[in-house]
Amino acid sequence: MRAAVSRQHRWWALVALTVVAVVLLAIMISLAVAIGEIAIPLSTTARAVSNRIFGTSFELNRIHQGIVWDYRLSRALVAASAGASLALCGVVLQAMLRNPLAEPYVLGISAGASTGAVCVMILGLGYGALTLSGGAFIGAIVAFLLVGVLAAGAGRSSERIILCGVAGSQLFNALTSYIVTTSANAEQARGVLFWLLGSMSGVRWSDVYLSVPVAIAGYLACLFHARALDAFAFGTDAAAALGIAVRRVQVVLFGITALMTAAVVSMVGSIGFVGLVIPHAARFIVGPSHHRLLPATALGGAIFMVFADIVSRIIIPQQILPIGVVTALFGAPAFAIILFRARRSV
Amino acid sequence: MSIAVENVAYAAGKTIVVDGITLAVEQGKVLGLLGPNGSGKSSLLRLICRLRKVDSGIIRLAEQDIAAIPRANLARRIAFVEQQATTDTQLTVRDVVQLGRTPHRGLLSPWGVDDDLAVEDALARVDMAHRADQFWHTLSGGERQRVHVARALAQTPSELLLDEPTNHLDIQHQLEILSLVTRLGVTSIIALHDLNLAAMFCDSLAVLQNGKVVAAGAPQEVLTEDLIARVFGVRAHIERSAVHGRYNIQYTMG
Ligand SMILES: Nc1ncnc2c1ncn2[C@@H]1O[C@H](COP(=O)(O)OP(=O)(O)OP(=O)(O)O)[C@@H](O)[C@H]1O
Ligand SMILES: [Mg+2]
Repeated sequence: MRAAVSRQHRWWALVALTVVAVVLLAIMISLAVAIGEIAIPLSTTARAVSNRIFGTSFELNRIHQGIVWDYRLSRALVAASAGASLALCGVVLQAMLRNPLAEPYVLGISAGASTGAVCVMILGLGYGALTLSGGAFIGAIVAFLLVGVLAAGAGRSSERIILCGVAGSQLFNALTSYIVTTSANAEQARGVLFWLLGSMSGVRWSDVYLSVPVAIAGYLACLFHARALDAFAFGTDAAAALGIAVRRVQVVLFGITALMTAAVVSMVGSIGFVGLVIPHAARFIVGPSHHRLLPATALGGAIFMVFADIVSRIIIPQQILPIGVVTALFGAPAFAIILFRARRSV
Repeated sequence: MSIAVENVAYAAGKTIVVDGITLAVEQGKVLGLLGPNGSGKSSLLRLICRLRKVDSGIIRLAEQDIAAIPRANLARRIAFVEQQATTDTQLTVRDVVQLGRTPHRGLLSPWGVDDDLAVEDALARVDMAHRADQFWHTLSGGERQRVHVARALAQTPSELLLDEPTNHLDIQHQLEILSLVTRLGVTSIIALHDLNLAAMFCDSLAVLQNGKVVAAGAPQEVLTEDLIARVFGVRAHIERSAVHGRYNIQYTMG
């Protein structure tokens, strides 16, 4: 009885929390649209959006309209959906691999994507048929498969998978450096930095149409497997004994994380630590049950990424920092804290 | 027969781990699985709940080949307590026991009153109800073991497989867990190392050695001084206990 009451109580707290998170996300996106070299009042923003979506005809400065709609709003939406996708990948990988450090960046998937992009950009692989994003996409999938094969050979224990990820990262980073130093000119080298650090510049509406559906579809697929993710807490045998079709769930969820990561990296480059920081923060707030953790992680990832994008644009006047630098500034200390806590609990 | 194992063999790589085992447990009875380290007890239990596939032979659950039972249906029938299972996730005792309800819940069916009852009942049975909100990683070894048993009970199984459930338990809780299991009326197979506990609580025993059954039957038939010398390599003296009437084994050195 007491359990039921406390659960109901938590249910209301969760609704409140969800509302707060959604409002916070809306505020972040509005700020992201308002803030920049040309400050645009929120009222102008609202009118510009309304002009495009509801067909209203508020009189607006054409430049303002363009900045809001073509530049900043699309950028904020891509940031939000990419953040949600990366954070979801982190939470799913952590549950499946039973390792608190698992996330796409640590597992070398982002590094693979960078190599793929560099192959197209500098070596001209794909003979023009392959775009930069296509190359990144293929690189991410290859990296995922490579780390998977390495890990299967190394015995699948959760520490080893992280080591395989580190080995994979090193390999792909070495390949990238090799290609850049032997074949790239100065301008190309600067372009490569884009992939290594992650950047939101160059994002357009076409990216929104890919990244938002990917985030939503990925989220729904993960939510569908929430109970299975819970059941993995004591390992694959325990999950199977609880009636989970372990092999099928693994194939589906690893596949989804690979596709989500590949899609994100192909648009905005390799952005680290979002998949690490956000799931842990979300777990801290809503607890370990994936029915609550997945929505919290998705919203948290979206908010964090838009926030990081804003910071990247205003922290140095007249200059835009790569967003990956900002997420790393928050992420690296979090990584260290998680390591310390993991040690203490052993 | 509730559980019937027929001529089952299993190899891990090139190592033959289970080598043609046949045994059976009647509805509601408790079978004790004995044998030295590495004799194949855990492996056999894993085969029975289909965590591994048999290389040859058949395992039946109420006359039905388990290979033909869907995974989720199987989990609604058989609960398994592993020898060692732990987690880094910050779960409370109640979270862990709630996992036992996983096979009983449909995709869209919300957590129900039945689920709550099963969880609270299981917690009370292993004497952990007052610790329900404590974090798993702060529990002692024996408390963890009891929570695992509660998780299995919350699964409301008709067959229960326990791999050394008394490991880490103090003597009071060893006796409590075993008498709890034997009073449940659920068909159970328990891997045990303590021959005296096996003699006290099990309806029948099977002794494994190198993946083979070397003796099976009622405890008094199986546990002979000769067998203990042969399988475990220790000398023993066996007599009927004046206290509980069951067999009692004393070991002698040298
Ligand atoms: N994957 C594997 N590869 C090689 N050998 C294995 C594998 N799995 C099990 N074995 C071997 O099979 C034998 C039986 O193991 P099992 O865990 O079933 O023994 P057990 O009777 O439960 O022992 P214990 O009393 O120590 O728990 C052991 O010798 C073990 O080394
Ligand atoms: Mg064992």
